[in-house]
Amino acid sequence: MDWLHWIFFALFIVVFVLGMVMVFIWMERRGVGRLQLRPGPNRAGPFGLLQPVADAIKVLLKEDIVPERGDRLLHTLAPIVSFVPAFMVFAVVPFWRGDGAGLVPDLNIGLVYLVAVSSISVVGVFMAGWASNNKYSLIGAMRMMAQMVSYEVPLVLALVGVALAAGSLSLVNIVEAQGLPFILVQPLGFLVYFLAAMAEANRGPFDLMEADSELVAGFHTEYSGMKFAMFYLGEYAHTLGVAAIGATLFLGGWAGPVLPPILWLVIKVLVLFFVIFWVRATLPRLRVDQLMAFAWKFLLPLALMNIFLVAVEISTQSLSALWVMMVVNVVAGVLLVYLLSRLWRLGGGRVAV
Amino acid sequence: MAIRTEPIVLNMGPQHPSTHGVFRMRVTFDGEVIVGLDPVFGYLHRGIEKLAESRTYTQFIPLTDRLDYLASMSNNFAYCLAVERLAGIEVPERAEYIRVIMAEAMRISSHLMAVGFFLNDCGASVYTPLIYMYREREKLLDLFDMVSGQRLTYNYMRIGGVSHDLPPEFLPALRKFVREMPAFIDEYDQLLAENEVLLARTKGVGILPRELAINASASGPVLRASGVKWDLRRKDPYSIYSRFAFDIPTAETGDSYDRYWVRVQEMRQSVRILEQALAQIPEGPVRAEVPHLVRPPRGEVYSRIEAPKGELGFYIVSDGSVAPYRLHVRGPSFINLTALREMCLGWKLADAIAILGSLDIVMGEVDR
Repeated sequence: MDWLHWIFFALFIVVFVLGMVMVFIWMERRGVGRLQLRPGPNRAGPFGLLQPVADAIKVLLKEDIVPERGDRLLHTLAPIVSFVPAFMVFAVVPFWRGDGAGLVPDLNIGLVYLVAVSSISVVGVFMAGWASNNKYSLIGAMRMMAQMVSYEVPLVLALVGVALAAGSLSLVNIVEAQGLPFILVQPLGFLVYFLAAMAEANRGPFDLMEADSELVAGFHTEYSGMKFAMFYLGEYAHTLGVAAIGATLFLGGWAGPVLPPILWLVIKVLVLFFVIFWVRATLPRLRVDQLMAFAWKFLLPLALMNIFLVAVEISTQSLSALWVMMVVNVVAGVLLVYLLSRLWRLGGGRVAV
Repeated sequence: MAIRTEPIVLNMGPQHPSTHGVFRMRVTFDGEVIVGLDPVFGYLHRGIEKLAESRTYTQFIPLTDRLDYLASMSNNFAYCLAVERLAGIEVPERAEYIRVIMAEAMRISSHLMAVGFFLNDCGASVYTPLIYMYREREKLLDLFDMVSGQRLTYNYMRIGGVSHDLPPEFLPALRKFVREMPAFIDEYDQLLAENEVLLARTKGVGILPRELAINASASGPVLRASGVKWDLRRKDPYSIYSRFAFDIPTAETGDSYDRYWVRVQEMRQSVRILEQALAQIPEGPVRAEVPHLVRPPRGEVYSRIEAPKGELGFYIVSDGSVAPYRLHVRGPSFINLTALREMCLGWKLADAIAILGSLDIVMGEVDR
């Protein structure tokens, strides 16, 4: 029953994403609270579990305001354009073992699809920045464009390493190819992917487009009510997307002993998400020029070195001695990161006016 | 082909999350680079100097709380000192010690806020450093609460002393704080002093050269970060500061990082002063015999102290009546702001916010 499969997974993905986003919001608010020596929200429901629900109700009841001189159509369309791709990513993620474990998990160009879909949301952000008729929004949107263009490059290059090692672009095959999770075989690739993905999802020290201390709220300064909630949800769904892809490509996806496969996927996603908000709660924000320099001068060489290492190991057939290669790659990765961080500093400085 | 570009003018403030209240900067950008910056003040003007003329000398003390509201007892101190100098009032020994203890505790509290908000302005986006700083500030606020019953505007000092003696639980609590504080400052250093992102954001950014700092008559940590060893507690000793041993931390370059660093070092020195004051504090009265309505003789006085943010001066002209004829406040935040334009030109949007944060302004004092 083909159409049953489509309907089931279409609903499943929506429920899964929204449910996980609720978990994320709760986890981040509580977790960041703990990292900051405060209890975090604990009034709504046991352990504050209903806090995301309370947030949602509050935001639904807010007035929707469109700036008078703004572009009404674009202003309305923007949250949708940036919200939907965050869901589309999950079409190719396999949730458990076997055939039909997702919407189209064995799509033979899965990786390409992922990369293509996840960059659509930038368009929505730029629409928001333009339609708001607000300088803060526009600056935030411009930063977003520059940042996305820069960070897609190392991100894709990190994924190339995975595709090389697995010999396939389909996510099902990639999961099955991971006898040993790729994070151990390609630690460098994972590092580059993770950093670039954090920048893609506007998290951590890379949240320049909504830098609250400089740009008020960046591209969504002029948004309120449900439209703001769409951006907010979209951001978390995007984070969930990069965490799920990271878990699938580098941590072995659903594979794991004893527990049911989908639970393993959820656990891995949550671990990645914990690291993401841990970094966010710890580090100051980079400046826009330093951010670009970081992508082009630090991540890009590392990603290329990773491809080089993987390619050499494949062509010499040495990937069969997995454990040896793991040690070699970890050592090589640490050495390269150390050397690059010695040789290179976050640049940028004063411009003569 | 060259693309034609235009600078954009952005009004940062008076409603902006990082301008420390209602400060406004009219900034001209070329892309993200600042090519022009005009500070605009006055959104919090309350006419405090004029109000002083229609109040008695004692009645004006609560209004001084509203100048630099993050260090309000320092303002009380500076004002009372000025009136005492004008009227020739001697302050009892114990009251002097209480005042020094309060001023130094206030300095720690104010610098904690300054460092926390500075890091916040650097974009530690979910307020983590600020909340760590609040942890210690909360203990200080509890101490102030014990002596005055208030957490922000204390109105504790009086002309000729302080309003009442310390409660019995105060000194043990302060001893505990003094014992614990150095470890907390070490913790901040460990977390922040060599943080790569913080260094990249602040080292060499927003340099205030030594000459410019002097010419702009900057004072306090801002001046000392530019390499000038100038501290009124040493250069123009008031109260009983000559009895304490402490160093004046100075830095070399005068960038944002140095201003941050000097503040952290000053917290250590303040803890040292507190230790000594705790060991020396005598028993005795806390308030001189002062008439209810102070009538200083005709004349004028300018009296200044080293407040947490710099030189806080009160200029008072007396016509012999119960109220000042004219009162002027030299607010350090206001004067430190004057060099903002030179410091920001050529840097990026994000740097302007960090530089403003490193100057540590309080709008209550800038606009008065």
